[in-house]
Amino acid sequence: MRDRQSAFIARRQRTVLTPEGLALPFIVGSRSARIGALILDYLILLVGTVAVTIAMAYIGLPLREMEGGDGAGEFLAVLWTIFWFIAWNGYFMAFELGPRGATPGKRIVGIRVAARPNAAGSAGRLTPEAVIARNLLRDIELFMPLILVLMAPSGAGGPAAMAATAWFLIFALFPFFNRDALRAGDLIAGTWVVEAPRTKLARALSVEGGAHGASEVTGATYRFGDEELSIYGEYELQTLERVLRDNQAEAMEAVHAAICRKIGWTPGAGDERAFLEAFYAQLRARLENDMRFGRRKADKFS
Amino acid sequence: MKAPTLSGLFGRKQDASPPPDIEAAALRSDRFRLAREGDWQRLDTIVTAMEENRLRRLSDDDVLALPALYRTTASSLAVARETSLDSATIAYLESLVQRAWFQVYGPRQGFVRWLGGFLGGGLSRAIREIWPEILVALAVMVAGVATGWLLVSGDQDWYFSLVPSQFADTRVPGASRAVLMESLSTADSAGGLSGFAAYLFQNNASVSILAFALGFAFGIPTLMILLKEMATLGAMLWLFSTRGLTLDFAAWLSVHGTTELFAILLAGAAGLHVGRSMAFPGGRSIMAAAAESGRRAAIVMAGVVMMLIVAALLEGFARQLVGDTLERLAIGGSMLVIWCAYFFAFRRVPPGAER
Repeated sequence: MRDRQSAFIARRQRTVLTPEGLALPFIVGSRSARIGALILDYLILLVGTVAVTIAMAYIGLPLREMEGGDGAGEFLAVLWTIFWFIAWNGYFMAFELGPRGATPGKRIVGIRVAARPNAAGSAGRLTPEAVIARNLLRDIELFMPLILVLMAPSGAGGPAAMAATAWFLIFALFPFFNRDALRAGDLIAGTWVVEAPRTKLARALSVEGGAHGASEVTGATYRFGDEELSIYGEYELQTLERVLRDNQAEAMEAVHAAICRKIGWTPGAGDERAFLEAFYAQLRARLENDMRFGRRKADKFS
Repeated sequence: MKAPTLSGLFGRKQDASPPPDIEAAALRSDRFRLAREGDWQRLDTIVTAMEENRLRRLSDDDVLALPALYRTTASSLAVARETSLDSATIAYLESLVQRAWFQVYGPRQGFVRWLGGFLGGGLSRAIREIWPEILVALAVMVAGVATGWLLVSGDQDWYFSLVPSQFADTRVPGASRAVLMESLSTADSAGGLSGFAAYLFQNNASVSILAFALGFAFGIPTLMILLKEMATLGAMLWLFSTRGLTLDFAAWLSVHGTTELFAILLAGAAGLHVGRSMAFPGGRSIMAAAAESGRRAAIVMAGVVMMLIVAALLEGFARQLVGDTLERLAIGGSMLVIWCAYFFAFRRVPPGAER
C-alpha cells in the first residue's frame, strides 16, 4: 500500500532549480485532486452567484410595482449582468493572482498554480498574463464538451455533432495525455499545478527520552554496538522515525519486537518507546557519520 | 496528524516556546537544526502573513529580513540534505523554501501596476507583435462578408440560414424600404438601453473568448467562426443594399461596429497566433512556443474585453440616440482612428517590461 503510494508520488516528482542553484522538489498535483478542486470551486461559484441573484431579485421585483421603479430595476439588471460576467470569468483569475496562487478549492485540496520551468529546469514568476491565458480556455475545455456530451445521446445534431463531441473531448481529456497533467490552458499559459504542502516543523527526536539518556520508565540506558546498528539502512531509519512520530502503541510494540529479533535481544515489555528512541538516535548517529564520509546505506539489503 | 484544537484555530500563535536546549541534543544534525530553527520559524511566520495578504502585520525589519532569511533557509536545506537523515525536518524545509520561493519570486506586482503597464504600452506592443495574424484575420473577415453577400444575392434562401432568427425580425428579404429604415432608427429615450448594452457586452465577450480559445486547435475553428460571423454581416449588408440603404446601414453599424469588429478581429488574431505558433514553433519547443504566444495573446484578450465594454456602451447608447447618418459615421470613424493610433502609433515601452 505504502509502496504503491510512494511510487505514485515518485512518478509525479519534478525538480525545479531556484536562482540560487538549489534544486527544489515539486510534486505535480494529481488529476483527482484537481478535479476535486474544480468541483469545489464551481460549487462555491454557483452557490455564491445564485445567492446574489436571489438577493437581487428580492430587491428588484418589488420595484416593478413602484412608481418610477423602472430605472432602478434596470440599473439592477445591468449590475446583475456585469456581476455575473465578472464572477464567472474573474473568480479563477483573481484568486490565482493572489499570493497563494490558488482558488479556494485548490487551497482546500492543497495545490497551487505555478510557472512551469523551462527546458533548463529553472522556473520564473507566475505572471498575470499567464493566469489570464490559462483561464480563457475554460469554455472549450469544460463547458463546450459538457454541453455536447449531454446532447450527444439524443442524436439531434447528427454526425456533425458527434464529430464536434469527439473533437472537444480531446480538450477535456487533455490532462490525461501528458505526464505533467497539463490542461490546454496550462499549455498555452506556461503554467502547471503543483502540490503546495504546508508542513509544521516536527519535534527534534534526539533531544528527549531514551535518545538522550536513561529511560524514564525503567531507568535503563540502552546502548547498541556497531554490529547491531549495522543491519539497518536509511529506509528503515525513516520508517522508525514515522513510527516514533505517530506514537501508536501497537506499532511501536511490533517494531520493537522485530528489531529485538533481528539483533538477538530478548524483547521486554512496557518500555518500547525509550528503546526505540535510543535505537533511532544511535542508528541515525551512525548513518549520519558515515554520510559525512560519503558512505550511504539506502536500506538493509545494501 | 494531530487534531486541530480550538485554541490552535483561533488563538494567536504562541512565540513563547523556550529557547531550544542545543547541547541536550544527542545528534550533530539535530544540534544543527536546533541552532537554526528560530530563523526558520521566523521565515515561516513572515511567509504565512504574506500568503494571507496581511502585510501590515509585518514589521519593516521582517520585510527587510525576508531575502536573507530565504537564502539562509535555502542553504540550511542544502546542508541538511547532505548531513541529516531526519526526514521530517527535510520535508519541512523543502515545503518552507518552496513557499518562501513563491513569495520572494512571486507576482508581487499588484493589479494597479499591472494595469498601468498594460494600458501604458503593454497592450499596444502585444497587438503589434501579432500583426501577421491580424492581417490573416482581416482577410478572412473580408472574405466572410463577400461570401455572405454573394451567397444571398445568388439565392435568397441563404439569408435565413446565415442570419440567426433573433436578428431577422423585420429584416427579411422582400421587406420594404420603410421597414428597413425603421430598424435603423433611434430609440425614443435612453430607457432600457443600459440593460441592452450589458447584455450585448456579455454576449460578445463570450463569443470572442470562444474564438480565442478555439485557436488552440491550430487556429482552424477560429477562422471558421470569423467566417461565419462575417457571412451574417455580408447577408444583411446585401439586404439593405437592395433597398438603397447601404450607406445608412454602414453608418448604423459603424457606431459600435468599428470597435466591436476590431475587437473580434483581435480575438481571432490572438487565437490564430497561438494556433500558428503551435503548428510552426520554429526553433523553440512546442511547449515553449505555446506558452510564449499564449501569454502574449492573453494580453490582447484583456484588451479585447476592454474594447467590447466600449463597444457595448456605444451600441447601447450612442447608436440608439444618434440618428444622423453622418454623425454615426463620424463616431464610428473616429473610434477606429483612435484605436489604430493607440495600438500602432503608441510605442511606449512600459517600465519594467522585459526586452
